[in-house]
Amino acid sequence: MQLFSKDRMWRHHDLKPSYDVVIVGGGVHGLATAYYLAKQHNIRKVAVLEKSYLGAGASGRNTAILRSNYRTPEGIPFYDASLKLYEQISEELGWNVLFSQCGHLTLGHSDSSVAGLRVRSENNQLLGVNSRMIGFEEVGKLVPTINISREARYPILAALYHPPGGIIRHDAVVWGYARACDRMGVEIHPFTEVTGIDVENSKVRHVVTCKRRIATGAVLNATAGWATTISRMAGVPLPIVTHPLQACVTEPLKPFLNVVIVSATLHVYLSQTDKGELVVGAEIDPYQSYSMRSTLPTLEQMATYTLELFPWLHGVRVLRQWAGICDMTPDFAPIMGAASEVSNFYMDVGWGTYGFKAGPISGKCMAELIATHTPPSLIEPFSATRFETGRLIGEKAAAAVSH
Amino acid sequence: MSFLVPCPNCGRRSVYEFRFGGEVRQVPSLEATQAEWQNYRFNRTNAAGIQTEWWFHYFGCRQWLQAVRNTVSNEVLHAYLPGEKH
Ligand SMILES: Cc1cc2nc3c(=O)[nH]c(=O)nc-3n(C[C@H](O)[C@H](O)[C@H](O)COP(=O)(O)OP(=O)(O)OC[C@H]3O[C@@H](n4cnc5c(N)ncnc54)[C@H](O)[C@@H]3O)c2cc1C
Ligand SMILES: [Zn+2]
Repeated sequence: MQLFSKDRMWRHHDLKPSYDVVIVGGGVHGLATAYYLAKQHNIRKVAVLEKSYLGAGASGRNTAILRSNYRTPEGIPFYDASLKLYEQISEELGWNVLFSQCGHLTLGHSDSSVAGLRVRSENNQLLGVNSRMIGFEEVGKLVPTINISREARYPILAALYHPPGGIIRHDAVVWGYARACDRMGVEIHPFTEVTGIDVENSKVRHVVTCKRRIATGAVLNATAGWATTISRMAGVPLPIVTHPLQACVTEPLKPFLNVVIVSATLHVYLSQTDKGELVVGAEIDPYQSYSMRSTLPTLEQMATYTLELFPWLHGVRVLRQWAGICDMTPDFAPIMGAASEVSNFYMDVGWGTYGFKAGPISGKCMAELIATHTPPSLIEPFSATRFETGRLIGEKAAAAVSH
Repeated sequence: MSFLVPCPNCGRRSVYEFRFGGEVRQVPSLEATQAEWQNYRFNRTNAAGIQTEWWFHYFGCRQWLQAVRNTVSNEVLHAYLPGEKH
């Protein structure tokens, strides 16, 4: 019996002179789009170009929280469709992505935050998403070790409970899509940086890389935190600023937490992995930056707020801390669509601190848009033209901090 | 990475004493078109490299400063009061 498979996850290729579609960015969004282009539209002359290793961006650095309890009528069905795809993806890819639907709790510590959660629970229920308000006593039953004391600095008043939310193995998702793409003939090119984009008569003709220049029929920008740098090469302005986001992981502990906890008031969110480590995330660094180095003040903040919720964790050691970069939009909603300035330049950007959960449905919808030139109705509201028409999609209350 | 901002009033101080105020940009003229105003309202340069920014020294002299910073390394090359020669 062969214990370890000798199969390669994806093969090496030399870059060809031309492709039908070039995808910039080897994270979950770029790879999911390539997967659906090949699988659903039989477009296989596709190259995914990644300047580093696959998952080097936010897709390999996130806290892997999946949920669909958003706030707006545009966001809720979109993220819910993604969650449903994630429920099937292990089976579909033949590759275990360790999706654990352990449930998700967003804590409210003030009247205004509880009012915001209530709006979400009503909107969620109207649109068929399993989501409801619970009191602090029920929070204490779901998480017996949490501090529900009325004497806490910010006592927990109530919570939005979203049972289908949970945690996934982010690397497995990236690798699973890349492997499936490779099996269908899509080329995966790690360590291939895009350095320029040639536009003629409002169309992209070539993509310049560190290896060679390639001709292409269409380009997808799926570079998240780096989105502006690629967009600028095509001459397309973006309403995006890049901010770092940090997280940390503790030493493994006995299982004590089997639900994801998020608190916007305390600027913190946490979950316990199958190995027992506590994964803790912070809010974005308070200044624009492309730096992926973590900082001591943020570690202190994560520790302080975790201890507000679980004071007995005070002696626990931190194993690692890291940062990724996030492409923040003015309304905390993504930008998906073709650029109005350059018709075959497609954008799947603005994923901020919340885009991992959207990978599968964005990939599916972007592939349909590239193949048919018509945006599926699920992503139509997320076009960049909303900044001209003023139809912004206010997801800040449901997307900031609570990734 | 955390870094220091060289405040012209207070000297080199932790970035956590300051509030970030975004990119320094040119306000459109009153005759500007709707498209120019939209561009000003939403679009950003978001440079991966050198950029000039607003910073408010919240826990210091409480003055708005402009700083030239490398957004990849976070090194602040210099900071000055708005309108001052640099
Ligand atoms: C700490 C942290 C926690 C988060 N937590 C969550 C969470 O719990 N739930 C959630 O849903 N989301 C979360 N997010 C957000 C989520 O991770 C991202 O929105 C998502 O992974 C973006 O995926 P992507 O494929 O668009 O981009 P990325 O995964 O960032 O991939 C973009 C890729 O483009 C590559 N690239 C850049 N420039 C070039 C170039 N010139 N040429 C070629 N390639 C290039 C980069 O190297 C990178 O690999 C979190 C993010 C961070 C940083
Ligand atoms: Zn000062």
